[in-house]
Amino acid sequence: MEVKKIIIAGNPNVGKSVIFNALTGSYATVSNYPGTTVEVFRGNAKIGGAEYEVIDTPGMYSFVPVTDEERVSRNIIFSETPYVLIHVLDAKNIERMLPFTLQLIEADLPVILVLNIMDEAERLGIKIDTKILEAELGVPVLTAIGTMGQGLSNLKDKIANYKKGESKRDIVKYDSRMEEFLIKSGFGRINSLLLLQEDTEVAERLLKENKTAAKNAEKEIEVLKKKYSKPLGYLIAMERQSRASAIIDIARVSKGKQMGSFAEWLSRLTMSTFWGFLILAFVLYFGLYLFVGKLGAGVVVDFINTTVFDKWIIPPVTNFIEHAIPWGPGQDLFVHEYGIVTLGLRYAFAIILPIVVTFFFVFAIIEDTGYLPRLAMLIDRVFKKMGLSGRAVIPMVLGLGCGTMATMVTRTLATKRERLIATLLLALAIPCSAQLGVIMAMLSGLPVILGIWLVVINVVFITAGFLAAKILPGEAPVFFMEVPPLRLPKLSNLFVKTYTRMEWYIKEVIPVFLIVSVAMVAAYHTHLLALLIKIAKYPLGFMGLPESTATIFIMGFFRRDYGAAGLFDMQKSGLLTNNQILVSIVVMTLFLPCIAQLIMMIKERKFGTAMALTGVVTVVSISAGFVINQLLILFKITL
Amino acid sequence: MNISQKTEEVLEKLYIEIIEQKRKGLSYDELKIKQDGAEHGELIKKNLALDKNGIIKLTKEGEVEARDVVRRHRLAERLLTDVFDLKGVCVHDSACEFEHILHRGIDEQICRLLGHPTTCPHGTKIPEGKCCKEKGIKDTRVIAPLSLVKPGEKGKISYIQAEEKNKLQTIMAMGILPGMEITLLQNFPSYLFKVGNSQFAVDENIAKDVFIRITK
Repeated sequence: MEVKKIIIAGNPNVGKSVIFNALTGSYATVSNYPGTTVEVFRGNAKIGGAEYEVIDTPGMYSFVPVTDEERVSRNIIFSETPYVLIHVLDAKNIERMLPFTLQLIEADLPVILVLNIMDEAERLGIKIDTKILEAELGVPVLTAIGTMGQGLSNLKDKIANYKKGESKRDIVKYDSRMEEFLIKSGFGRINSLLLLQEDTEVAERLLKENKTAAKNAEKEIEVLKKKYSKPLGYLIAMERQSRASAIIDIARVSKGKQMGSFAEWLSRLTMSTFWGFLILAFVLYFGLYLFVGKLGAGVVVDFINTTVFDKWIIPPVTNFIEHAIPWGPGQDLFVHEYGIVTLGLRYAFAIILPIVVTFFFVFAIIEDTGYLPRLAMLIDRVFKKMGLSGRAVIPMVLGLGCGTMATMVTRTLATKRERLIATLLLALAIPCSAQLGVIMAMLSGLPVILGIWLVVINVVFITAGFLAAKILPGEAPVFFMEVPPLRLPKLSNLFVKTYTRMEWYIKEVIPVFLIVSVAMVAAYHTHLLALLIKIAKYPLGFMGLPESTATIFIMGFFRRDYGAAGLFDMQKSGLLTNNQILVSIVVMTLFLPCIAQLIMMIKERKFGTAMALTGVVTVVSISAGFVINQLLILFKITL
Repeated sequence: MNISQKTEEVLEKLYIEIIEQKRKGLSYDELKIKQDGAEHGELIKKNLALDKNGIIKLTKEGEVEARDVVRRHRLAERLLTDVFDLKGVCVHDSACEFEHILHRGIDEQICRLLGHPTTCPHGTKIPEGKCCKEKGIKDTRVIAPLSLVKPGEKGKISYIQAEEKNKLQTIMAMGILPGMEITLLQNFPSYLFKVGNSQFAVDENIAKDVFIRITK
């Protein structure tokens, strides 16, 4: 027998993933901003002795999708035939979110309604009679506080004992002329409603299923449209909203009242022009510079690299390998210049991991407080100049952690044009945390170079965005974003999230460092490396960089952070002048993203586009290095 | 210029057909006037229209005058639906009467009061008036787009003007619908408003399309 499916759906940022985690015991990322979940998560749950497959979907505002991830969610709901569909909503916003419940009921889905975040609703004095709501809607209703585990056993009971009641698919009554169409069209109520809302995807699907009927419906809709002065979608939404409000009026015991609070006061402060930017500077300084840069990239890296690896691990391992394997190239595979232990493992665990972990921790705090949507609101005007909306702040900030994850998150942007520009900027001018950390470690004693680097990267970022916005055709982006309340992060979630991301990072990085080490050793012994270095000599010469940086840029092709870690190593050994440090870190920052990000770019943006972006990035990064070097020579500057 | 009610209606029709629907001209039958009728005489005598072999076209002066009539009619429709809550056919008929009473000056005041709307309730464009170019947040008004509301002001959403389907869909999907209570919290660097217990940040592009009836 096939396993029964449970789908979790609802508006963005209402706690769907928390409930998914509680049911399945796995971990889908939980944060305090709309659009945390961008792909479908699946897990298994055992409820009342039976096995279920649980599916967590990206948040959606309504059945008519605006962004890609909403489309994904809708397709899941339509194609997976669930045993139960859990609609999670934010209890304090029930009036605004209930229309979505009504749509699910109209689609005749087996709905269980969860009024989540009940604690915040109660704090506002909102009280809802779930019994009345159940009677009105004809589906089971329960309250919950997902983050505290409240209401979950009740939910499991309702799932185990679920019996679909009588269909209430005509719970909303529309204008008589529309009702006539809904009955006559023969496509079922929800499909017909979506047709009236001019949903092209559904129209195409129905056209394939039954051409004549779909053509007929199309004609009738044209006639119907002329009878109303407003778009049909608008009228349908209004009708649904007024039905929802009417139901709430009966079921709501107390409406609650507005209260000022410290969180609200602080929230407004983060969004005011002056204080907002001051708080941003504060977050960057303490979070990024002090915690990640000084502590992660400085103290921790120093300890693991120079003490743990150089003193404790590498000497005995080298000794052991040199005795155990008499064959030179075999030894090189594990130790010496490019060995798995001396290069692969050390870069991954001594230099990059501590930085990535501290960054992920800071980022988790930023995510869980709800700061990101506020930053989006603050920065929208600036981003518009680059063809992006404030919403793009989320993938950009995430890109400072990991460009691969961020490239995937560009899905939450509304237009193709925005997604393309964001992908380009992520590949070009947003250094990932590993790279950033190594760079900060290198430049901690060189404030002038740090300043120049910052200016150059920002200029490239803004110019590239500005030019992309000018060149690429398409409409200017529209900015809208729900701003969730500021919330105090839960320590357990911070740790679990950081841990999950660290685990993900290690899983991604281990095969890469194995490949890099093996490839480098093989290239070294077959003299391919010497050849590549010879070829690379010329562009490097243009940029005033020594030949020895060639291997670093070759490694940088596999992972940018490996390249950066290589530079870090060279600087420690005194092999680079300050001028060369500036040029090489600028080029490395702008250089090709790592292989994982390239694969993600191909996956999200298609092969041709990804290649074109890669070409642009390569040309820009090398030109930037060239120009900086020429300027330094021209003005006879020695940093 | 003083023009009779009947002639104004002819001008209105000429404007819609020639300027908006891009037709060359209209015949007497289409305009439902006679060659020797009073309207025809007035149109020609006041140099508002030309008669070329039985096809009527607007002159430059006629176009200005006709544009004004159309503007007054559509503003009247807005006034009747948004402020007096009238619906359906009643609006059109009353607006036809109303437009003749709204002389210049008064139409500007009503335009201000309604927050300089750009479309009539049926979605067609309202020709821009002089006042729309110098619109500001200081005007006394009953209805205004979110972009012209002062931070702290409250109201009920009156209508959403978005023409593009996607934008309208976006706004509606967030649950921003007519009848909802709304408070503007901030208008810079982005617009921040509250509906129910949620806050939303939007740009000017969306803020200018959400019209609210201000209560405080």
